[in-house]
Amino acid sequence: MLAIWKRDFKSYFNSPIAYVLIGLFMFLSSYFFNNYLSYGSSDVTSSLVSDMSFLLLFVIPILTMKSIAEDKKNGTEVLLLTSPARVTEIVMGKFLALYSVFLIMTGFTLIFPIILIVFGGPDLALILSSYLGFILYGAVFVAVGLFASSLTENQIVAAIIGFVGLFVLYTIKFLASFFSGFMYDVFTWLSINDRYTDFMNGIIDITSIVFMISLAAIFIYLTVRVIERKRWSQG
Amino acid sequence: MIEIQNLTKEYGKIKAVDNISFSVEKGEILGFLGPNGAGKTTTMNILTGYISSTSGTVKVAGYDILENPVEVKKRIGYLPELPPLYLDMTVEEFLNFCANLKAVPAKKWKSEKQDIMELVKISHVKHRLIKNLSKGYKQRVGLAQALIGTPDVLILDEPTVGLDPKQIIEIRKLIKALGKNHTIILSTHILPEVSAVCDRVVIINKGRIAAIDTPENLSKMLSDFSRFMVTIAGPENKVRNALSEIYGVKYLEVSNRIKEDEFSYIIEADKDVDVRKPMFNKLAQLGFPILELRSLNLSLEEIFIQLTTTEEMEVQ
Repeated sequence: MLAIWKRDFKSYFNSPIAYVLIGLFMFLSSYFFNNYLSYGSSDVTSSLVSDMSFLLLFVIPILTMKSIAEDKKNGTEVLLLTSPARVTEIVMGKFLALYSVFLIMTGFTLIFPIILIVFGGPDLALILSSYLGFILYGAVFVAVGLFASSLTENQIVAAIIGFVGLFVLYTIKFLASFFSGFMYDVFTWLSINDRYTDFMNGIIDITSIVFMISLAAIFIYLTVRVIERKRWSQG
Repeated sequence: MIEIQNLTKEYGKIKAVDNISFSVEKGEILGFLGPNGAGKTTTMNILTGYISSTSGTVKVAGYDILENPVEVKKRIGYLPELPPLYLDMTVEEFLNFCANLKAVPAKKWKSEKQDIMELVKISHVKHRLIKNLSKGYKQRVGLAQALIGTPDVLILDEPTVGLDPKQIIEIRKLIKALGKNHTIILSTHILPEVSAVCDRVVIINKGRIAAIDTPENLSKMLSDFSRFMVTIAGPENKVRNALSEIYGVKYLEVSNRIKEDEFSYIIEADKDVDVRKPMFNKLAQLGFPILELRSLNLSLEEIFIQLTTTEEMEVQ
């Protein structure tokens, strides 16, 4: 697992992809940050972090698209799957490499709260809760992107599937409005954005933490299943 | 070392591998020979645990690939047809990664690394990016990857494909040398490779085993007859009758029609009878001149074609 984590992580920084994505993400985040400041918004960090989550919708699929799809295309999948490492270890290694890139990207955005702290007196607890929400939210997104990447050997297709998947997840609350009664409750319960909003409001609910981690775990598990299923396929 | 029993792999209705069984002894180099699409790669993929079989068992060193995949995978080094390389890494980085992936202890790897790179002659390119290497060097890096951790079994899928003749000879020598310490299964559709390298041959066709034996025995088995190609002017049925009456002639077939009343025949005769003289006399008597007569030695190539073509020879 460590071997794959290390290799993949390095490969993101050996190619321009990590730099371009982090650069783009920072550029857009700075723009939002600047806007909130100039509007005189009272609660800059949580508004900013919630905008950043919207950016993830575009950034994450591009980051994750090559993770497994590229291995399939180059034939290195054979190397991984015929090694003594278990599929779960392989997938976890890939997830952690992606997540590390995400965390580094998140690390750069800490400059915004730092600026606020230096020049003002923001609510520190709220900043922490927002960031906790953001990195959990990121874990779910990365897991969904990883899953999309395992479905195809074409990176572009992987990115599109990832984007669509995340979009559905992002708008699930909206989908809920088409239903009523039980289904409405289910969709609302599933709404990752509702729970995310709690964090932005400074509510750290243990069930929300468990929910986010479980959701990420489910998509990692599905990725493992997809890879194993291929081994057993008869078609 | 390796036991394969009743292995079958179905893709929908197509049987890629159809009920094959064979075993490989420790220290043996087994050639896996067959035309393209015969099921060689599928079998190898099953052996290495990359795909599963529909039915049948594979055991390596007593461990079943389904029950104990990790133990089996530890004992196998696999070089697939397309060497699995990360192009954005240098040769050394890549080999380090593979050693980590295969959980080779750091100490062992330290001493092993130089040996492997010397063995496949890639020491001088170790700092180069794999994507900048030629096909021959990529193949060697692939082979080096398979050797990491000194696995008991090496499975090499067409290891010499795409190499130049000099490299082919080098790789064959290398495989021969590796055979001293490893059990090797090697697939190929190049016949001389088999006689050059392998102790035993499995010929596979359409997912089934057509023959298993040593290359020498295979040649012997099928060359208990002397074979001739003879071109004779004369109506086919009359010539056929005349030829089949000759003592010692076992098989006869028309291989080619050159023009009307002029045919080439393939004759197989008992080895201890020289059929050439009686054949000449008889045909001269009947007034059918022999235009050409030459002996055909059965090469491995022909054995292969014989075993893998479904058209059967007509027995006269």
